[in-house]
Amino acid sequence: MGGDSKYLGLAYVAPYIAGLLIFTAVPFVASFYLSFTDYSLMRPPQWSGLENYTELFTRDRTFRKSLSVTLLYVFMTVPLKLIFALFIAYILNYRLKFINFFRTAYYVPSILGGSIAVAVLWRYIFADAGLVNMAITAFGGEPVNWFGDPGNALFTITLLRLWQFGSAMVIFLAALQSIDKTLYEAAAIDGAGKWHTFVYITLPLITPVIFFNLIMQMVQAFQEFNGPYVITEGGPLKSTYLLPLYIYEEAFKKFHMGYASAIAWVMFAIIMVLTLIAFWSSRHWVYYAGDKRS
Amino acid sequence: MAEEITVRTTAELDSARTLAEGRRMHAISSAVRYALLAGVGFLMLYPLIWLIGASFKTNSEIFANPGFIPSEPTLNGYIDGWRTSTPYTFATFFWNTFLIILPKTIGTAISCAAVAYGFARFEFPGKRILFATLIATLLLPNVVTRIPQYLLFRDLGWLDSFLPLWVPSAFAGDAFFVFMLIQFLRAIPRDMEEAARVDGANTLQTLIYIVVPMLAPALISVCLFQFIWTMNDFLGPLIYLSSVDKYPISLALKLSIDTTEAFQWNRILAMSVLALVPALTVFFLAQKYFIEGISTGGVKG
Repeated sequence: MGGDSKYLGLAYVAPYIAGLLIFTAVPFVASFYLSFTDYSLMRPPQWSGLENYTELFTRDRTFRKSLSVTLLYVFMTVPLKLIFALFIAYILNYRLKFINFFRTAYYVPSILGGSIAVAVLWRYIFADAGLVNMAITAFGGEPVNWFGDPGNALFTITLLRLWQFGSAMVIFLAALQSIDKTLYEAAAIDGAGKWHTFVYITLPLITPVIFFNLIMQMVQAFQEFNGPYVITEGGPLKSTYLLPLYIYEEAFKKFHMGYASAIAWVMFAIIMVLTLIAFWSSRHWVYYAGDKRS
Repeated sequence: MAEEITVRTTAELDSARTLAEGRRMHAISSAVRYALLAGVGFLMLYPLIWLIGASFKTNSEIFANPGFIPSEPTLNGYIDGWRTSTPYTFATFFWNTFLIILPKTIGTAISCAAVAYGFARFEFPGKRILFATLIATLLLPNVVTRIPQYLLFRDLGWLDSFLPLWVPSAFAGDAFFVFMLIQFLRAIPRDMEEAARVDGANTLQTLIYIVVPMLAPALISVCLFQFIWTMNDFLGPLIYLSSVDKYPISLALKLSIDTTEAFQWNRILAMSVLALVPALTVFFLAQKYFIEGISTGGVKG
């Protein structure tokens, strides 16, 4: 739109710029600063250098436990969820009748999954005498101590996330449906079997979407709060005490704002490193076929 | 000559045979797929179905009957749960949830539409950097900014009010929505807008009368997602709201777990059902907007 001032566009994005500065950029820098201070709301922040970080990495056993639980949770949840979402999307993408019905049914848990009501439901169905154990005993199995046993509790929380594979699945399904059918026909003429077609045609073509889902799911998984907070309250024996719970308690229960910021920054650094690894490695495995924009 | 004919017939027979076999394989494969899909679907949805049934059961039946249908249906869970052990009923908590959602959703829709319009239709200094920050915010974990945000809202005197929940969204704070709208706008040709400009409309008029109507499906997706995410949001209200009379449903549910006497399970289950009803209703009435929204936002990313 030629006659307009080149600053007109800025007027439209002005709310975003203001919001970015006030609610993201300044807090981002401030929290980095706070992580080097001793700040408990009673008195102004006192510069304490690397004290918070030294405490975290040398003396704080809760942090060590929380960090290892978080990493275990992320490395368990993200791959399982992506594989399951892709598997179901692959089955759905097959000229089936009722495809929309199934897609909707699988998507429902993603809509409700983050809610407290579903966390409550999880508490009840995985209780000692809950629905899941009733089903297991009905089939002659031994009831499982889902939440009481530190070895199981994190897995039970993971199941809650897996249950919400629908959003990732919808994205996979859309990508599968956009693959050019002639490629499959060509592969069939060349005598490729289903497995080969999947590995050499389908997978490479949807790598951009796998990459997108991988990053988004990872960032989300690191921030899981509602599930463990409501279902297990971090227990038993801190086996579900994910970092966001630790940050929340340090910051908003004990008001150790400086220390909590340091934990947040360690977590942020880990997410950044993993994201950068993903971006760096994507050059070798993500394939942009239809990239005509560049 | 005769030999040739035989050869051809055998080949035809062969191909007919593989065709029939292919069809049979296809039928078997379809059956396996349907069985798998139905089985997984049932496993996934049964907890929700059980929840609805269990909310009408007596407390002694909840942990004894894995079935859906209550043996002695009762509304006690709903009646007692609604009253809560606080001076307020769930009516207050539903109203509070509504009071949080409505301004937040309106603010989101208006600010995101304007910002997406700015990004998709104009060139301006610093655009590339700003767009890069949009993607960066999409990936930035909220954990990092939460503490200074809290301190900011405390200094503004906004604690224990809905303002910290409303205001960031009114500044296009949810990068995901802005991104989704930009993707959508890029796919719409500019002819109509250019025609409007030729007829003398300014850019704001073009935005309101031409772009917004074309953007409507995507804007509806944005509003629906914001509705459900706000409905589900727990950490925000947990940090910012301290008086019970301002609690939304998510906090009220957690409160009723903590305060309801033991063995009064059906109250909590009944209120959980009610808490899920708004989101479920909205989803089933408008599911195509959810699916389309997530596909545009995601795939082209």
